[in-house]
Amino acid sequence: MKLNDLVNHSSEWLKGSGPNSDIVISSRIRLARNLDKIPFPHWANKKQSEGVLNAITEAAGKVDYLKSTATFNLADLDSVDKQFLIERHLMSYEHGQRANHKAVIIDNEEILAIMINEEDHIRMQVMQSGFNLFEAWNIIDKIDDCLAKELNFAFLADWGYLTACPTNTGTGMRGSAMLHLPALVMTTQISRVLAAISKLSFTTRGLYGEGTQATGNFFQVSNQVSLGHSEGDIIENINGLIRRIIEQESQAREMMLSRNRAVLEDRINRSFGILKSAHIITSQETIELLSMVRLGCDLGMIKDLDRRTINELFIITQPAHLQKIENKKLSSQERDVKRAELIRSRLKI
Amino acid sequence: MLCDICGKNPATVHLTEIIDNQMNELHLCEQCAHQKSLQMEQQFGLSELLGGLVEFEKPTKGKEDAVSIKCANCGLTYADFKKIGRLGCGECYSTFKKYLGPLLKKIHGSILHFGKSPFRVVRVLDKRGDLQALRNQLQKAIETESFEEAARIRDKIKELERKQSQNGAHPG
Repeated sequence: MKLNDLVNHSSEWLKGSGPNSDIVISSRIRLARNLDKIPFPHWANKKQSEGVLNAITEAAGKVDYLKSTATFNLADLDSVDKQFLIERHLMSYEHGQRANHKAVIIDNEEILAIMINEEDHIRMQVMQSGFNLFEAWNIIDKIDDCLAKELNFAFLADWGYLTACPTNTGTGMRGSAMLHLPALVMTTQISRVLAAISKLSFTTRGLYGEGTQATGNFFQVSNQVSLGHSEGDIIENINGLIRRIIEQESQAREMMLSRNRAVLEDRINRSFGILKSAHIITSQETIELLSMVRLGCDLGMIKDLDRRTINELFIITQPAHLQKIENKKLSSQERDVKRAELIRSRLKI
Repeated sequence: MLCDICGKNPATVHLTEIIDNQMNELHLCEQCAHQKSLQMEQQFGLSELLGGLVEFEKPTKGKEDAVSIKCANCGLTYADFKKIGRLGCGECYSTFKKYLGPLLKKIHGSILHFGKSPFRVVRVLDKRGDLQALRNQLQKAIETESFEEAARIRDKIKELERKQSQNGAHPG
């Protein structure tokens, strides 16, 4: 698999199916692991980092579960390539900075991504479509076991897996779900919900992880605590919280349908209309309008359009994706034109 | 007055030495005083080092001592950690254990790992070992007055014991 093969491929987690996929876009489990006694990436010298990269890629090569994967060395990628991987949620923004001795291993279905020499020696994630954290955990748990047979992980019986930042110590696990909460935003209940989430030791972030703003009514909810609870307990806690948020979003949707159906229908169809007919459109506007169209799909107001198409549009209308599709560098103005063109062609019914 | 050590040259340096609460006056010539001071410097150096180690054992004694502790494996000092917020390697956790404990407690509300381990195969074979480890953890939690923690561990132990007795009642 080459990086450019991904351009025409659709990630497994975008398929728009799975439990509660009207509200939960995707579920993700991430594990942080480090090699015993070797300095963490920020503290390692070049030779040590190179050794880590080689040891991990070699170990991954021996794992049966990782047979259908490709390894991309970040030093070989240009800035559009890196942005492309970030937009697909296959690596973090931080990983693209100072790219020496870094790599990312990706499986053909884009379910799994292993970042080497990010903040920790290993940051691996498994993504699933819909509300499916336990399924994601089952997959990553097996891969972690296989890697542990090949590599010596830094671990203390009392404190668990040892990570560069003490906020990840213990399980080294972060479970998160990407939620689409347009009704809670429109009924201005979202700030109350977000406040409750942070009180319960969970965090919310935007579409692209740490430090990003929530746009287009998308919120990523994840656990903050990684030590003192088993992985299963942590996931059960996140699940409990997400179930409650799903309940609240569903209630808000029903309330809007019963009280302001006309207003809602107007807003959804206007959004759909703009997307189908615009000739210049920014990525910000695209996300906001697509969010409304997705809601329209969920409520049965827009027919003949499947969730997968909408989910894909969120990703392929991003700057690096447009440039990959066109196979050339595009200025921001050129992108706005190409974006509108792409959306019109995909939404032709 | 002649030098107490060589007995030849006139004593020009007058020194009071206290060893084990015994006061001792010394009158030395310049040459012998120089020799003696080198000796004392060495002694002083050693005691300072020992003093440092004692400090290392007692983390409550003030934070300035903590910042100079250095990880023998990667060279990161506690001051470095405070500055960059990242540890240098896995060994740092053992090096700074006494200082990191309270920090982890603050971040996670706990200082005991309950998740999986890279040595799972061993763990599965030795459930009794698990139970013993939990009992040790319970003891530790009680000693540090982490009662919420202790209650949680107690529940874990009960659960494990229940499972074991069930397994015993229905073999296979």
